[in-house]
Amino acid sequence: MAKILALTGNEAAAYAMMQINPDVVAAYPITPQTALMQKFADFVADGDVDTELILVESEHSAMSATVGASAGGARAMTATAANGLALMWEIVYIAASNRLPIVMPVVNRALSAPINILCDHSDSMGCRDAGWIQIYSENAQEAYDNTIQAMRIAEHPDVLTPAMVTLDGFIISHGMEDIRLLEKKEVQKFVGEYKPPYPLLNPQHPVTYGPIDFHDYYFEHKRPQVDGMENAKRVAVQVGHEFGQKSGRTYGLFDAYRMEDAEIAAVILGSTAGTARPVVDELRQRGIKAGLLKLRVFRPFPAMEIAKVLSGKKAVAVLDRSLSFGAQGGPLFCEVCSALYNEGHRIPVINFIYGLGGRAVEIENIQEVYQKLGKVAKTGNVTKIVNYLNLRE
Amino acid sequence: MTEMTEIRWHGRGGQGAVTAAKILAQAALGEGRHIQAFPEYGAERRGAPVRAFTRISEEPIYIHSPIHTPDAVAVLDSTLLDAVDVTEGLPEAGILVVNTLESPGTIRKRLTLKGRKIFTVDATQISIDCIGKPIPNAPMIGAVMKATGILPLEGLVDGFRNKFSEKFRPEVIKGNIKAIKRAYKEVKTE
Amino acid sequence: MSQAKEPGYKDLPLGALILDAGNSEKYETGGWRTFMPVHDPKKCTNCLLCWILCPDGAIIVKNEKFAGFNMKHCKGCGICAEECPPKIKAITMVKEKK
Repeated sequence: MAKILALTGNEAAAYAMMQINPDVVAAYPITPQTALMQKFADFVADGDVDTELILVESEHSAMSATVGASAGGARAMTATAANGLALMWEIVYIAASNRLPIVMPVVNRALSAPINILCDHSDSMGCRDAGWIQIYSENAQEAYDNTIQAMRIAEHPDVLTPAMVTLDGFIISHGMEDIRLLEKKEVQKFVGEYKPPYPLLNPQHPVTYGPIDFHDYYFEHKRPQVDGMENAKRVAVQVGHEFGQKSGRTYGLFDAYRMEDAEIAAVILGSTAGTARPVVDELRQRGIKAGLLKLRVFRPFPAMEIAKVLSGKKAVAVLDRSLSFGAQGGPLFCEVCSALYNEGHRIPVINFIYGLGGRAVEIENIQEVYQKLGKVAKTGNVTKIVNYLNLRE
Repeated sequence: MTEMTEIRWHGRGGQGAVTAAKILAQAALGEGRHIQAFPEYGAERRGAPVRAFTRISEEPIYIHSPIHTPDAVAVLDSTLLDAVDVTEGLPEAGILVVNTLESPGTIRKRLTLKGRKIFTVDATQISIDCIGKPIPNAPMIGAVMKATGILPLEGLVDGFRNKFSEKFRPEVIKGNIKAIKRAYKEVKTE
Repeated sequence: MSQAKEPGYKDLPLGALILDAGNSEKYETGGWRTFMPVHDPKKCTNCLLCWILCPDGAIIVKNEKFAGFNMKHCKGCGICAEECPPKIKAITMVKEKK
């Protein structure tokens, strides 16, 4: 049965990788991911895994080697953060287009400039259109649980799409928490053996990866990626349910916390969702019907499911830990709004940009969100759509 | 949230404030509590003032915001008393544990502090005596345990031994445990 | 364009893979020719530089000797004639009669 250890988020993700025991890991260090790969390198050095660990000279090479290994038929992983993810960019798309089920923890960190090593979601949000599944973790336990589940989701024959599992830089990656680990045997059984459909290293059935493609085929080759991503929604729920049977921790596309009879609700990704829970509890004690929708799977975006949970609410706040310059609000805000619109719900929605570059998110900040929500719910009027939380004017 | 204990650690880079925060959390985990331990996020350098935090709770901990009103503050280096406001947010009933040669009364005067319970211990000398190096974190953990009464001493000693038995030589672990026990005994209050 | 006759997206292998190895043979580039190579066996030393350098594998070799052009795939680029050593020049390009 489960072992309880005190681990940082980085260590927790590294434990998940160790228990998955991938064939190939290629990595380059970048704060705040460095400690994750350092821990995994310990497992390699101690003989706890059979993994071929390739230490490359850049993140572009890390993703390239991972793509090569995965195309070759290996179960391949890497991890990165911020500028490292930016440098991988070109190959991040290629991994998805080649339908290679790579799993990559991304330790969320702000993108430069100014240079900053602390948490925000601008790195993973920036590649939300790259064709990767994106699963956000609230705490170190989820970083562990999500990494294991991501492997199953990505490798599912109906999905075959790479997945990034995010954890908030420093807040989760460097914060130590009590983590319930599965036995390695259980994880091995859960993820099973990876059977690549068309391994490049099979002389009996030679195949070509990455041919050139023009106007006559490119479009048709991109379209199935949409189906793979869409299927990931169903598979993520299945896998989350099955994981719950093994671990006692069941996962869905999101966690609707005290949402059923809620009148006002906030939609939040990552560690801040945790900070919002006690705020919701406190509001409930005061008789205010507050709820929290902690989104877990951002890609594929569960639009219909979210619209259903939010329907009938008097006011909704969406919290974004990144900017989308020139857009109508943060990336999550725009997604939630269009989900509501398409399902025919006319609910006042406000957006809060928060926590950029590691700006702390205090209980008071979340209280402010619900206070503003209360006002909007009362009047039905939104005077300011995009708000900036804990920003000096 | 009342059943949660929050502790803030002040040190200088290299004195082991972050490790102290983690070891205490780990000991609490050994006692079946839920825990969090985290550094203040920055680019730490040796000698620069650093802060670290420990949360210990009977219930699962969801909150991920910094600690502003700690139940206890541990200061690993008394030169920090002039550099940073170590009592910031420390409530009237809060506990302040300082590594210093001075008495709690002298520290109270120096900080012109009203209320709070002040504890002092010469953790630097204890660490030199027991470990052979001026790394005051282990004895400071002992002092904080005594001052707060948050955990039994045996739990901490066992936790320390378990965590570090693979990493350090037995004499290093023995020295640290000796330091924890001695500080637990020698810590003074008003 | 004749897109309607090509397979739809549901019929294509995932990841834009090409599953049948060596299928470039099905793509007959011989129709591209405006000039065709002509070989003079009296001059040829069978160094096979043409075979090495032909981009479409259209030089037929038997028993390590030049044995003709595969006109289904020779696109008339003239690389064989260009690369045939200057003192030999066993291949010349002549205009296609069509």
